[in-house]
Amino acid sequence: MVHMANQIAAFFSSYPTEQAVAGVADHLQKFWEPRMRKQITQYVADGGAGLHDLAIEAVKRLH
Amino acid sequence: MALIRETDYGTPKRISDTLVTLEIDGKPVTVAAGTSVMRAAAEAGVQVPKLCASDNLEAFGSCRLCLVEVEGRRGTPASCTTPVEQGMKVKTQSPKLAKLRMGVMELYASDHPREMLYGSGNGQTEFQEMVEIVGLREVRYGHTGKNHLHSDKDESNPYFTFDPAMCIVCSRCVRACEEVQGTFALTIDGRGFASVVSAGDKPFIESECVSCGACVQACPTNSLVEKTYIQKGAPDRSVVTTCAYCGVGCSFKAELTNNEVVRMMPFKDGKANHGHSCVKGRFAWGYATHKDRITKPMIRAKFTDPWREVSWEEAIGHAASEFKRIQAKYGRDSIGGITSSRCTNEETYLVQKMIRAAFGNNNTDTCARVCHSPTGYGLKTTLGTSAGTQDFDSVEAADVIVIIGANPTDAHPVFASQMKRRLRKGARLIIVDPRRIDLVKSPHVQADYHLPLLPGTNVAIINALAHVVVNEGLVNEAFVKERCDVAAFEQWRKFIAEERNSPESLEHIIGVPAADVSAAARLYATGGNAAIYYGLGVTEHSQGSTMVMGMANLAMATGNMGRKGVGISPLRGQNNVQGSCDMGSFPHEFPGYRHVSDSAVREQFEKAWHVSLQSEPGLRIPNMIDAAVDGTFKGIYVQGEDIVQSDPNTQHISTGLAAMECVVVQDLFLNETASYAHVFLPGSSFLEKDGTFTNAERRISRVRKAIEPLGGLADWEATMALSNAMGYPMHYSHPSEIMDEIARLTPTFAGVSFEKIDQLGSVQWPCNDKAPEGTPVMHIGGFVRGKGMFMITEFVPTDERTSGRFPLILTTGRILSQYNVGAQTRRTDNNVWHDMDVLEIHPSDAENRGIKEGDLVSLASRAGDITLPARISERMQPGVVYTTFHHAMTGANVVTTEFSDWATNCPEYKVTAVQVQLARHMSEWQEHYLETRKQTTRIEKESTAND
Repeated sequence: MVHMANQIAAFFSSYPTEQAVAGVADHLQKFWEPRMRKQITQYVADGGAGLHDLAIEAVKRLH
Repeated sequence: MALIRETDYGTPKRISDTLVTLEIDGKPVTVAAGTSVMRAAAEAGVQVPKLCASDNLEAFGSCRLCLVEVEGRRGTPASCTTPVEQGMKVKTQSPKLAKLRMGVMELYASDHPREMLYGSGNGQTEFQEMVEIVGLREVRYGHTGKNHLHSDKDESNPYFTFDPAMCIVCSRCVRACEEVQGTFALTIDGRGFASVVSAGDKPFIESECVSCGACVQACPTNSLVEKTYIQKGAPDRSVVTTCAYCGVGCSFKAELTNNEVVRMMPFKDGKANHGHSCVKGRFAWGYATHKDRITKPMIRAKFTDPWREVSWEEAIGHAASEFKRIQAKYGRDSIGGITSSRCTNEETYLVQKMIRAAFGNNNTDTCARVCHSPTGYGLKTTLGTSAGTQDFDSVEAADVIVIIGANPTDAHPVFASQMKRRLRKGARLIIVDPRRIDLVKSPHVQADYHLPLLPGTNVAIINALAHVVVNEGLVNEAFVKERCDVAAFEQWRKFIAEERNSPESLEHIIGVPAADVSAAARLYATGGNAAIYYGLGVTEHSQGSTMVMGMANLAMATGNMGRKGVGISPLRGQNNVQGSCDMGSFPHEFPGYRHVSDSAVREQFEKAWHVSLQSEPGLRIPNMIDAAVDGTFKGIYVQGEDIVQSDPNTQHISTGLAAMECVVVQDLFLNETASYAHVFLPGSSFLEKDGTFTNAERRISRVRKAIEPLGGLADWEATMALSNAMGYPMHYSHPSEIMDEIARLTPTFAGVSFEKIDQLGSVQWPCNDKAPEGTPVMHIGGFVRGKGMFMITEFVPTDERTSGRFPLILTTGRILSQYNVGAQTRRTDNNVWHDMDVLEIHPSDAENRGIKEGDLVSLASRAGDITLPARISERMQPGVVYTTFHHAMTGANVVTTEFSDWATNCPEYKVTAVQVQLARHMSEWQEHYLETRKQTTRIEKESTAND
C-alpha cells in the first residue's frame, strides 16, 4: 500500500506542490476502495513511515 | 440460414471521383475509373467466367477464361485486366467466346482428375462451376497424356492439404499469400508444364507459411482444401459470427452440416478483416467440442475434494447460499466477481450488474486489469475517452506507422496484414521494441528505425521523442492552440524541453543511440500522417499509464489526431477487452466509463435497476487477492478468466484463492483457477450463444449462435440464474434485451441495437443521435473531453532492478499459434507449432552460462522459479530474456512479480529481474503443480446426477 501510494506521488511530483497534492488525493479518492483509504489514513495517523511527502499530505485530505 | 455464397466481383474495387459509363451485354453500368471490365460486368449483374481472378487480388490475366469482345476493337481481351472506358460496348457472350472458353477448359480438364470434373450443390468448386458454365462434357484430348495426376499430396499442415493433381497453377494461392497475407511463402516453381505451386521446395509445415488460410480460401479447385472439409463433407448452412480470439474481431461464416462446424470461413463483408483470417480464427476452433469440455455443473466442499456432478439448480443454489452465508458472516463487501473479456458484452454487463445490484458492492473487475487498464486511464485523462481513436482502415491513410510495444504479426495477425499492405505501398515504419519483432524486417517490409530500448524505459524514450519535437520547432502550434488546453501544454512544453529529457541525456538509460531517436522523432513529426499503434509492451509496466499519456502528448503536439491516418490505437489482446471495459467491469465505473461517485449517473442506474448502489469504488483483482490473504475477502465469481495462470505472482494468487470460502468458476474447461474452486459452472463457447463483441476499434459485432450450448445454458443465462438465486431478479429472454438496456443507460451506446448491427453489419461506438451509424474515427473537430490535456510524464524507473543475484531482465509475451493462457489453442492442432513455452536467450548470455539450444534451464526471480527449455535467439538483446505464458505447466507467472502500474495496478509483466542457469530437473513449484493438479481435477461421476 505504501509502495502504491508512493508510486502515485512520484507521478505527480513534477507538478507544482498544490496541484500535485490535489492530484494524489483525487486519485486515491477515485480509485482506492474505502477500506484501503481507511488503512492508509490510519497509517499516516501512525506516522506514515516511508510515505512520500505528497502522499502524506494527500491522505490528510481524504474523506 | 442456408449456405452463404458471397459475390466475387473478380477484381478489387477502385475508388475515384471520375465515373465511367459503359454498356455490358446491352446493360448500361457506371463505375469508378480504373475499374476492370470484369468488375463492371459483375456490378451490372453479369458474371464473366473466370478462374484466376478474385476480388481480393489484383488482376493476373492468366486463365484466359474471362475473355470478352469490345466493339471496335480487335481480339478478345481478358476482362480482368482491361480497364473500363467511357462509351465502351462489351459483349461477354458470343459463339466465338464460348468456343474459346470451351477450349481453355478442355485443356485444364485434360490434366485434372476425371472424377473431380463435375460437382453439384454446396460441394461444387469454382472449377466445377466453370465446367458447367462452358458446358464441357467431353475432353477431346483424353486423360492419358502427360499429366500431374500422380503427384504426391502435401498433408503436412494439420489443417489443410495440397493436392497438385487438382492444381491448375492459376497462382491465386501465391498471390493471396503475397497480397492478402503478406508472407510471400508460396511461389510457382518451374516453367511451362513443369510449373508447380511450391512452399519454398519444402512441405508446407516446414515452410514460412503461417497457416492463415488465405491460399485455401483462394483455391478454385480444392487443390488446397481444409481437412475438416474432406472429413465432414460440404457444409449446408452458414452462421455469420465474430471470432473469439484477439482484439481484431474478425467476422467469420461458421459453415455447418448436421449441427457440426465444418469450417470457419472469413466473411468478406467483415469490416475489421475484409475477408482475411489467421491460423487461430480460421482453423483453431476445435476446442469448442474438445473432450476436456466440462458440460455438467459441479460442486465440492473443499477444493481438495473430488468434484461432484450436480444439476444446474443445485450448483446455482449452492453458490448463492454460500455467497449469502459469507456476506452474513463477513459483511457485504466480502465477495466480488471478475467479468470476462472472452464473453459477450451482454454477459459482461450482466455480471457487473449482478455484483453491483445482487452482491450490493462494487467489487467487480476484469482481465483488462492485467492488460489494457492503463489505456483506459491514459486516454481518458488526455483525450476524454477510454478507447483507441481510429478504425483499422485508417492505417491505409497513414504515411508513418509507429509500433510501440506490440507484435502485430503474432498477436493481431489480420491487422498486421493490412498494415503490411500499406507498408509495401510506401508508408514509413518506426518500431520501438526491445525485441526484434518480425516487422523489423520481413519480405518487402523494413523498418526505417528500430529503436531497441531497454525494458522499462518507455517513458524515457517517449519523452526523448517529444523533446526533439519541441526543441526543433516541430510542434503543430495551430493545432495545439485550437484543440488543446494551452496552459497544460505550456506546462508540459517547459518540462519536456528540459535537457534531462533529451535523447542524448537519456541515451544511457534507453540504450538507443540519440541520433536514431532524434531521426525517428523528425520522421514522426514531419512525415505526413503519423499513426501510433501499441500493445502490452506499453501498458504492462509500472509506468504504463504514464506512457499512454506520453504517446497522447506526442500525437497532440504534432497534430496527429482527429482524422484518418493518424491517432493512437491500442491493439487489444482479447476479443472483447474493449467491450468488457465499456460494460462497466471496473470497480470504479458504471457502463460507459462513468464514475460510481457521480450521483446523477448512479441515480439513473438505481432507478433502472430498482436497487440502491454504492458510491465508492470497489476492489480491483489484486486488491481482492490481498484482501483474501488478509482474511476480509471470502468469495468470488470468476466468469471465463484464469487468474491463476494469467495474473502475476502465481503463488500469491493461489494463496488468496485458497483462503476464500467460496470460489465459483464458470469456464469451458477445468482451468487453473478451478483448482481452487468450490463450484464449477459450465461455460459456453462463442459458437453456442448470441451476443456482441467489441473489438479494438470500438466495433460492435454480432456473435450468433451456431450450435446449442453444450452445458445447456449460455453464460448469460447462468449469470441470470445466479442473480435470481441471490434474490435480485433478472428476466431477459434474449441477449438483445440486455443490449437494449445497455443502450438506454449508456450515452455512447444509445443508438446500438441488435437490429441496427444486423442492418449495418457492425457499428463503432459512440453510436447515438449525433452519430447514428457510429464513429470510425474519434476526436474529429474536438476532443471528447473538450480541450486535449497534456500531462507531465516524468520518467520514474521501475523498482524492479537487476542485481548480482538477478542480473537479467525477463519480458513476457505471446506468439502467433497460441492465445493467452492457451486454454483454447492448446486444445487444437496449433500445438504443432508451439507445444511448450521456451526461454529465448541471447547467444552471449547463453554462452556465459554454458547453455546450449534446447537445454533445460531454471528461470528464477525473487517471486519464484521454474524450468523450461532454452532457445538461443538474437531477437533479444544481451541481458534480456523472453518467454510466453501459454502453458500452465511452465508457470511463467510464478516468476513475475506484483509490481504494477501506478495508476491502475496493471502488472509489470514486461520487467522482471531474473537469473537463468542450467537445470537438471523441474522446479519445486512445477513438481507441486503436477501433484496438486491431479488431485484438484478429480471428478466423481455420479449416475444419479440430474442435469
